Amino acid sequence: MATDITATPVADLPSNAGIGEINKYNFRTETKGVFKARKGIDAEIVHQISDLKDEPDWMREFRQESLRIFESKPMPKWGGDIAIDFQNIYYYLKPTDHQGKTWEDVPQEIKDTFEKLGIPEAERKFLAGVKAQFESEVVYGSLQEDLEKKGVIFTDTDTAVREHSDLLREYFGKIIPPNDNKFAALNSAVWSGGSFIYVPKGVSIEFPLQAYFRINAESMGQFERTLIIVDEGAQIHYVEGCTAPMYSTESLHSAVVEISVRKGGRCRYTTIQNWANNIYNLVTKRAMAYQDATMEWIDGNLGSKLTMKYPAVYMMEPGARGEILSIAFSGQGQHQDAGAKLVHCAPNTTGQIISKSISKDGGRSSYRGLARMEKGAKGAKCNVVCDALILDPASRSDTYPYIEVMEQDVSIGHEASVSRIGEEQLFYLMSRGLSEQEASAMIVNGFIEPLVKELPMEYAVEMNRLIQLQMEGSVG
Amino acid sequence: MTDTLRIEDLHVAVEGKPILKGASLTINRGETHALMGPNGSGKSTLGMATMGHPHYEVTGGHVWLNDVDLLELDADERARSGVFMAFQRPMAIPGVKLADFLRHATTNVRNPDRQEGEELIPMREFRKELKSKMEHLQIDMEFARRYVNDGFSGGEMKRAEILQLAMLQPKFAVLDETDSGLDADAVRLASESIAEIGGDKMGLLIITHHDKLLEHNPPDFTHVMLGGRIVETGGIELAHELHERGYERIREEYPEAAAENREMAEASA
Repeated sequence: MATDITATPVADLPSNAGIGEINKYNFRTETKGVFKARKGIDAEIVHQISDLKDEPDWMREFRQESLRIFESKPMPKWGGDIAIDFQNIYYYLKPTDHQGKTWEDVPQEIKDTFEKLGIPEAERKFLAGVKAQFESEVVYGSLQEDLEKKGVIFTDTDTAVREHSDLLREYFGKIIPPNDNKFAALNSAVWSGGSFIYVPKGVSIEFPLQAYFRINAESMGQFERTLIIVDEGAQIHYVEGCTAPMYSTESLHSAVVEISVRKGGRCRYTTIQNWANNIYNLVTKRAMAYQDATMEWIDGNLGSKLTMKYPAVYMMEPGARGEILSIAFSGQGQHQDAGAKLVHCAPNTTGQIISKSISKDGGRSSYRGLARMEKGAKGAKCNVVCDALILDPASRSDTYPYIEVMEQDVSIGHEASVSRIGEEQLFYLMSRGLSEQEASAMIVNGFIEPLVKELPMEYAVEMNRLIQLQMEGSVG
Repeated sequence: MTDTLRIEDLHVAVEGKPILKGASLTINRGETHALMGPNGSGKSTLGMATMGHPHYEVTGGHVWLNDVDLLELDADERARSGVFMAFQRPMAIPGVKLADFLRHATTNVRNPDRQEGEELIPMREFRKELKSKMEHLQIDMEFARRYVNDGFSGGEMKRAEILQLAMLQPKFAVLDETDSGLDADAVRLASESIAEIGGDKMGLLIITHHDKLLEHNPPDFTHVMLGGRIVETGGIELAHELHERGYERIREEYPEAAAENREMAEASA
């Protein structure tokens, strides 16, 4: 029942598709989808997904229950304007029948896509496991032998349901239950793909594990589901990157990422997302950090029509640490409603949020963050810094800090600043021979430098290049 | 043919208030000129307008670099055509490393026709040159990794400006109180460095209240600015006189300009 999806000729792309380098992010490859569900969402579609994946009963029931929750929950009334016709979206698309085990097994057209995305290069350079989500399912994955020897599990979540059912079930939907919010419920009902990682006790993964995601079917939602379990004293850095081509109709990305960091463990999760301008990016990310464990989210959001994303760390036991670095860049017609949540549930937990946002060409960036001190979180410390940079008078920046304190013996700091790109700074750089555009890009890159320097080298370069692209034609 | 920078009857207003009221000045490449004058007389304004700061509105006159009117160009084009200004208060650019900034600037100034996205000077070559210039100026290499002017002391900022002068090698440079905020030793070092970098290779316009900076840069001409005009031009002896005795004689000889200067100083206070 193969269905051909015809690529749109370049000429049909929206006129804001851009020129030159931006084409790298604007390509589409003809895809031979093996199965494509009909549009819309209902119990039958969700059953079909379970059928196709040959899922155990518990997952089938989990999906159905999640669907009921999704249908019963109203749309959120805060954040951005969400205009999605849920019945006009494909919820499942499976590009190949079975997963490629080696690079040679991967179909050529998909390879071509990855070539454009730089996946093979990443493979060579990082020598790490590469997980790439092509449409709704992981089609290619490789795992270094030494990781396997250490007992690390790095697979797609569908495979984990079959092969690591007990371990997965212990955590799946427990950190972010389906009734957490409407979009978590939607993801729980129709999820497909995503990564499942287990790092055993005391195991450190020295290099960043990475995954690239990409949406490549018109009107298609992408609902990946990631679960990372970092056992006691273990360490991991997971990197997720996204570049999406542009489309003329609305598209939805709604992921769920659950992470558990056990005693003394350490997890860093880095995301650089560059969605097409018509994508709703509504993602729920949450980590539980136990005794003396550290969880760090590094979250870069570019593109999309609307992003609503607030990575959270719940510090469950004494000494837990949560750190969130968030960056948002909104251009024309874009709204980034991004931020972070820190919930201190135990004594002597420490949290930090650093948020940087940039708005240009009428774009809107909002910082929305929560710092919450539960009763008994004695000696907990939390610090929030958010800086906004506005590039022109048409653009907008808002700050919505929520602070909830149930315990006396805590310390909470909050600093916020908003600045406009200074004429003086521009002039200074231009007086040294930099064009206005180069100067603006340099100032913006400097503004986000505290985040970029935390990224692996390749991502830092990519991030700077993406900013450069975003800045092109923005001034003068 | 020697390059010439010719400021011709320049009128400049800031926020609608006239500051320069017909300043004229000609510098040949290889010459050193001192520009002196009491506070608020318009010295910095002359530099800023020459460099193209957007707050300085030119209401009349020309600034010719050979046969090109700089006033027609954007600030970056002026820099690329070989004009430089060391600022009194250079701006901090947080997050931008001095070395990265300088590599861009140096590339653009040396290849004035460079289009955006084209290659920068090769890293190795650039680093080698930067290192040797920094050693010469007795600046620690660590300095290059710091963010441009961010958290710099007054002295560090001035040294960073001199480093930029050394890297960019302009045809003409305005040095606006590059000695302020420096101790005696630092001023001597700055003076020596400027002589070595600029010397007979550049046309220098040195704005200063003191004569220490001029020690190694004896001016061929000294100009006195008062009330937005250059009222007197002389040799090195004029610089010494003003440094020793102040502007009393000048004010007496040019009462109209002195009155205007007073007005301008009061208005800006």
